[in-house]
Amino acid sequence: MGRYVARRLLQMIPVFLGTTLLIFLMVYSLPGDPVAGMFGDKGADPATLAKIRHDLGLDLPLWQQYWNYMTDIILHFDFGTQIRNGRPITEVLGEAFPVTLQLAALAFAFELVFGIGLGIIAGLKAGRLADNAILIFTLLIISIPVFVLGFIIKMVFAFELGWIEPNVSNDQLVSEMIAPAIVLGGLSLAYVARLTRTSMAENLRADYMRTAVAKGLPRRRVIGVHLMRNSMIPVVTFLGTDIGALMGGAVVTERIFNIKGVGGLIAESITRREGSTLVGLVTILVIIYLVTSLLIDLLYAVLDPRIRYA
Amino acid sequence: MPDVTKTATAVEDAVALPADPAPAAKQEKARSLWGDAWVDLRRNPYFLVASVLIFFLLLIAVFPSLFTSASPTKGDLVKHFLGKPELGSIGSEGWLGYDGQGRSVYARLIYGTRASIIVGVAVTAIVTIVGGVMGMLAGYFGGWIDALLSRLTDIFFGIPFLLGAMVVLQSFVERTVWVVVFALAFLGWTQMARVMRGAVITVKHADYVHAAKALGAGTGRILFRHILPNAMAPVIVVATIALGGYISAEATLSYLGLGLAAPTVSWGVDISTGVDQIRVAQHILLWPSIMLSITVLAFIMLGEAVRNALDPKLR
Repeated sequence: MGRYVARRLLQMIPVFLGTTLLIFLMVYSLPGDPVAGMFGDKGADPATLAKIRHDLGLDLPLWQQYWNYMTDIILHFDFGTQIRNGRPITEVLGEAFPVTLQLAALAFAFELVFGIGLGIIAGLKAGRLADNAILIFTLLIISIPVFVLGFIIKMVFAFELGWIEPNVSNDQLVSEMIAPAIVLGGLSLAYVARLTRTSMAENLRADYMRTAVAKGLPRRRVIGVHLMRNSMIPVVTFLGTDIGALMGGAVVTERIFNIKGVGGLIAESITRREGSTLVGLVTILVIIYLVTSLLIDLLYAVLDPRIRYA
Repeated sequence: MPDVTKTATAVEDAVALPADPAPAAKQEKARSLWGDAWVDLRRNPYFLVASVLIFFLLLIAVFPSLFTSASPTKGDLVKHFLGKPELGSIGSEGWLGYDGQGRSVYARLIYGTRASIIVGVAVTAIVTIVGGVMGMLAGYFGGWIDALLSRLTDIFFGIPFLLGAMVVLQSFVERTVWVVVFALAFLGWTQMARVMRGAVITVKHADYVHAAKALGAGTGRILFRHILPNAMAPVIVVATIALGGYISAEATLSYLGLGLAAPTVSWGVDISTGVDQIRVAQHILLWPSIMLSITVLAFIMLGEAVRNALDPKLR
């Protein structure tokens, strides 16, 4: 187990470096110049521009910029400063991440409870009316793009019924986050429900299920322990990769409901060519993705004792 | 949007099917996996509905002028926001209303189909070829080639899909359909590479591969004549479902203001203008959204029907 974790951690290093380098190169190949952008149409003295570039380290060769950037992050947890206003990026990220984290956590709880719930209902009643209704419902959710779903919810609940405010206020209260969380988690909910259903419907016919029933175990135990535990591996896999995806995919939801989180920051940094903010954001998202995928793999061993990590 | 990466994980597990020819005991003649699947598909209502929808969408994309005589770009400002749809006269120029420039919403809907279909089909084709080759090489050769290609896949997979596409699109001044195709394919191939690698690994130890090797077949022959046909099933399923996702992703990028832009006629462009006028005229947002959802639905239904037909466990 310990050796397995160590090996996985070692494998993460090239992926981490590769992904950050890739996004670094992508961002720095964007046309436009953020330093010149600070001065607007009027422009500035070339000497001033050169001075600012030198202070920010933007005149160094690209590989050296990347090296400085990564060593600062790893050794000092310093993500650099924003070009436009000189704010430390750790501060900017520290403001944006909690908001998105809250939104993603709500969405995750929503897809976990309702996704697995609907999946269990459909799986146990495979082929019957409830199953078909859930299959068609999830199919519709999957085919409606997120932003369309967001506007439908906004139209119905904010404009027509007046139950919610159309936009999230600056306080970003938890109660205001419920509608955005439903929009963000809707698509994943549909996938979770379908995965749970398929997995359960398949395992219902397994030998160990027949044995459990034949032993005279109560139905609750047969379904709750024997069937559930064996059916959860594909669902857990999906849920694990989804945590990072929810945070990265919040761009659209945050724009619809005017939430000031990571999504808004991503869009803003791309248009303003704030390279270091963008790379910092991706760095954190990559770490979240790598850590969750390791945790998921370790969770397999808990769910299925046959899986052992030597 | 992230939709696209999501389909991958959701589909992968259900899709890892044994690709050996299904035993056709009851049939008078032994049929291949695909022959069997075809018999199954013809009876599946989802498949029939999806095929009819896709046939019409392709027809609209290729010959838009068959469906409307109105121009999608010529507007008459007198008809500005003329909303109330005349559902009685289906197919006439103004039956779905007019947009802010007085252009026929229906004509724009019809002419916008082409952009979406091109993006969906082209991205899927590129992604399947690139990802398929990578996955096949990694899965078949294993060892350091696998380690290298798998890490490369992981690296591209680590960047959030939508975010990556946004950055790529920003580096182009003129955003044509092909630029959007490139942006989506740039990160999209990882999904296919993973599916193909898994499929090849399950197939490569099959008896017929050993037999081919023993008979002295070359690597190329083994890969293309023996492994590829038997590892294709999951890839085709994922590709079909992902196609719908790419169409949706194109519209999402347009909505964010980074996809296709004004002179191009596309659903995404109309949706992003419709969003700005949501309180004034809902019909501008409504119709392209419905068309988009139907298209995505059609491809997902097709993919699922094919998957169910190919999976012997579900029979």
